[in-house]
Amino acid sequence: MKTDDLVTMLATGAGADERPPGANRRFALAIGWGALGTSLLMAVLLGVRDDLAQSTGLPMFWVKFAFVAALTAASVVAALRLSRPGVSLGRAPIALAAPLLAIWALAGVVLLAAEPAERSALVFGETWVWCPLNITVLSMPVWATSMWAMKGLAPTRLHLAGAACGLLAGAVGALVYTLHCPELAAPFLAVWYVLGLLVPTAAGALIGPRLLRW
Amino acid sequence: MQRTGTGDPANATEERLREALVRGLAGDAAAYHGFLKELGSRLRAFFRKRLARAPDEVEDLVQETLLAVHNQRHTYDPDQPLTAWVHAIAKYKFVDLVRRRARRENITDPLDDANEVLAASDTDASEARRDLAQLLRVLPDRQRLPILHVKIEGLSVLETARLTGMSVSAVKIGVHRGLKALAAMIRGGR
Repeated sequence: MKTDDLVTMLATGAGADERPPGANRRFALAIGWGALGTSLLMAVLLGVRDDLAQSTGLPMFWVKFAFVAALTAASVVAALRLSRPGVSLGRAPIALAAPLLAIWALAGVVLLAAEPAERSALVFGETWVWCPLNITVLSMPVWATSMWAMKGLAPTRLHLAGAACGLLAGAVGALVYTLHCPELAAPFLAVWYVLGLLVPTAAGALIGPRLLRW
Repeated sequence: MQRTGTGDPANATEERLREALVRGLAGDAAAYHGFLKELGSRLRAFFRKRLARAPDEVEDLVQETLLAVHNQRHTYDPDQPLTAWVHAIAKYKFVDLVRRRARRENITDPLDDANEVLAASDTDASEARRDLAQLLRVLPDRQRLPILHVKIEGLSVLETARLTGMSVSAVKIGVHRGLKALAAMIRGGR
């Protein structure tokens, strides 16, 4: 087929082709369905903790919630920007780094202020074995749906695009997990939550290129 | 948005192509045809320069990139510079080609200057080595027939639906998926 014929073919009836939804709508759908899946998964596997009402009165619960929510928002922005050709990341890396640096700084302050004998308890809490694993499991629904959203768009940096989807999945998983997780110490969050986020992010970065090619 | 140097030919090209694409996206098939045609010429010049050692790959890559531009046109935001969008797609397809051909020797010159993507034009549309018409024939009927009737014979979606017994939305989806499948076949190296 000559290129001119291809051009004519592509242009013929182009208004009538099915034009798929754009980035915003795709990611809105992905996060909506994915978060629903994550919530169901948590309800079945873990459940909401009994003293949730009590802990929502504690400032540290909201610090934890804000930390994860900020990461969710920043990773949505990063994923949206990476899903379209020729769009730079803009300030997304700063928005991603800010909550991480904030929680690490807070963890440092808390550890410095604590008695040496208490420090290990602040870092490990009671559930450090489970936390990264639970966040990873809870990230799976959004991992799948956000990869679907990205796949229907046109990322040109596939490792980064995969990583952004993975981080988004981890952040939504962690957000839902805050309703179960009893840990409130900043050092715990700074280590185990971050580790839980890293697993789906790394998986996205590694598998992204294979999944997202177009 | 502040525009500087509107007399600059690069800006004039960007402006003209952007307007044609925006009108095309709104359903103006003639404007869209003009957009793709001029874009093809620009891409040909852009790739020819960078594939100087593999001139017979140029037309294939032009066609592949045009198909990608069409398939991904829902990712273009009219507020975005068209040059940046096109360059990112062209570069992506170019790099993809280079990777596919990685077993062979290095055949390319670098292509990092975004502004160059629309800078020159080459209307000498030669025959591609890969025949898309051949690939179209391999598609399953639910994709092949919508493309044949709507995109090649120029029937309306409704007429195609009546002719094939498919639903209107199945015809639209068939066109869209078929063109994506075509891109995937090219990628698979057929």
